[in-house]
Amino acid sequence: MNLFQFTLRRLLMMIPVLFGVSVLTFVLSRVVPGDPARLAAGPQATESTYLQIREEFGLDDPLPFQYWTYIRNLFAGDWGTSITTRRPVLDDLTVFWPATLELVLVAMTIAVAVGLPLGIIAAVRADSIADQASRLISMLGVAVPAFWLALLMQLFFGLELGWFPISGRLSALTSPPDSITRLYLVDSLLTGQWSTFREAVSHIVLPALTLSLASIATIARFTRASLLETLGQDYVRTARAKGLSERRVITRHALRNAFIPTLTMIGLSFGWSMGGSVLVETIFDWPGIGLYATNAALTLDFLPILGIALLYGLVFSLINIAVDITYGFLDPRANTT
Amino acid sequence: MTVADLTTAPSSLAGGRGRFRINEQTRRSLRRFRQSPLSVAGAVIVVALILVAGLGPFLVPFPQDARGAVHVADRLNPPSAANWFGTDQMGRDVFSRVIIGARVSLLAGVTVITLALVLGTVLGAIAGFFRGWISDVIMRVTDVFLTIPDLILAMAFAAALGPGLLNVMIAVSLVWWPGYCRLVRASVITLRDAQFSEAATALGASRMRVLFRHVMPNAFPAILVKASMDIGFAVLTTAALGFIGLGTQPPTPDWGQMISDGRSYVRDAWWFSTFPGIAILLTVLATNLMGDGLRDAFDPRHRGRA
Repeated sequence: MNLFQFTLRRLLMMIPVLFGVSVLTFVLSRVVPGDPARLAAGPQATESTYLQIREEFGLDDPLPFQYWTYIRNLFAGDWGTSITTRRPVLDDLTVFWPATLELVLVAMTIAVAVGLPLGIIAAVRADSIADQASRLISMLGVAVPAFWLALLMQLFFGLELGWFPISGRLSALTSPPDSITRLYLVDSLLTGQWSTFREAVSHIVLPALTLSLASIATIARFTRASLLETLGQDYVRTARAKGLSERRVITRHALRNAFIPTLTMIGLSFGWSMGGSVLVETIFDWPGIGLYATNAALTLDFLPILGIALLYGLVFSLINIAVDITYGFLDPRANTT
Repeated sequence: MTVADLTTAPSSLAGGRGRFRINEQTRRSLRRFRQSPLSVAGAVIVVALILVAGLGPFLVPFPQDARGAVHVADRLNPPSAANWFGTDQMGRDVFSRVIIGARVSLLAGVTVITLALVLGTVLGAIAGFFRGWISDVIMRVTDVFLTIPDLILAMAFAAALGPGLLNVMIAVSLVWWPGYCRLVRASVITLRDAQFSEAATALGASRMRVLFRHVMPNAFPAILVKASMDIGFAVLTTAALGFIGLGTQPPTPDWGQMISDGRSYVRDAWWFSTFPGIAILLTVLATNLMGDGLRDAFDPRHRGRA
């Protein structure tokens, strides 16, 4: 099977999962205790708004018919209206998504750049001090509440030392770079706005570091475990017996195979980081999906949260496909099944 | 090998003869557990936390501060001999509130995991033991749940169910069950075809008897190990939802909410948010260390890994 067929097949396999996600959000929006229209309209809704939503939802129709309407609306781009922003949910998501994507991408880059070497060192020097240190970092990394760490980061690096700003993507007086990808780091580079780029970097450092910690921990632990296992394999012994240097044995023979399970973990970490960004964005006033989600949850603004669940379900499925495709490059056997 | 050998081998809770064996096994596992100082430290902290949660109101200097007392004159005092962890924006003793908050947090963690474990185990056992469409449906449902990031899904459930600690606990457990479902299904599939299950079937045991008396008892150690590690993460997640503003209603102390309250004062009163955070960190760390040790002790395949 070639890469195209493989990708196509994986994309098709996504459909049942996304169908399931839509059923879940539908069930959540309709079969909630109490009146779903009342919930979607929000606590301060007028009677006419309420009746309008009731009408839109078609609450008096049979459930399968309601689901059909729901799906049709989703495809037509009607994901409902947010009570807090008073804008269509889909518009809000398109506005807020790039900020979250930028934050998660930077956090994941840090996580891989730190976690992978940390795991390799821990495996190669198993039971050394470096291994123990990496174990401690990993333990703390998953146990620290991100929202608390974020506060400490703000307090120490932002307020005490004054190294980094503690909120937003840019300072209030700077206008965002010309919009190309809407990732400020990329856009400011592409348009050569260096001062904006520097500012965007200094703003993203603390939230990205906070968000990356849990992923650093998981990636390091996972790399260590799978590299240790690979190092015990026969082909590694063969490579050593051939007289290859230890460095070459590790980089060319062991690491490539050890990386395959780690890759899955990186994909999963990406998804967890999207979830974790809710807390980090809330603390750093990062204008992304997470902050949007928190504000929605606080005002019991229901439809945006369901919209986010749908969006993240879609993004996470795509990440999993990307992971699977990368598998094929690393391990040609994976493509044939 | 005789049929009797096969049936008494690992499936041990089945009868009087088997019971001795599992005691011996458990004793050996516990000995292994005791040899790891980090795991023992974790277990000691967990026991201490449980005691603190149980006896909290009798231990703290200002129990009334968990019930809505206000002392305007003592707002935001730094840590001192009287207030070890300082005071909060209403002049309440942070130490007392952190200690009493342990009760809410641990209770939430245990409840969440219990609900998720029961739901996940039942569905996982069904999916693993009965092949065919029912297994497919259950597994596809877990796929769907695992496709949406935990916190977002929990927020969606919590928003649908309405505010309040009980609803938050239900929401988090609804997010958590797929992990147990998959674990149980995988163990059941392996154990269902193990020799002792076949032997029990050959001896005329019904499918239900094989499942409940032979398969499940052998799957339980792995489930309990996972549960012991997860309690800390459940505490963390409910605290995160409390931080966002879903969860207990004031004045009941909740670690997540305390951190959130302290956020506005972080510049002048670092202690306000810091100590509840340390409490969460300690809880997660302790349950993790304990769970790690239990896994190593009961499942030797994992020893020295991850």
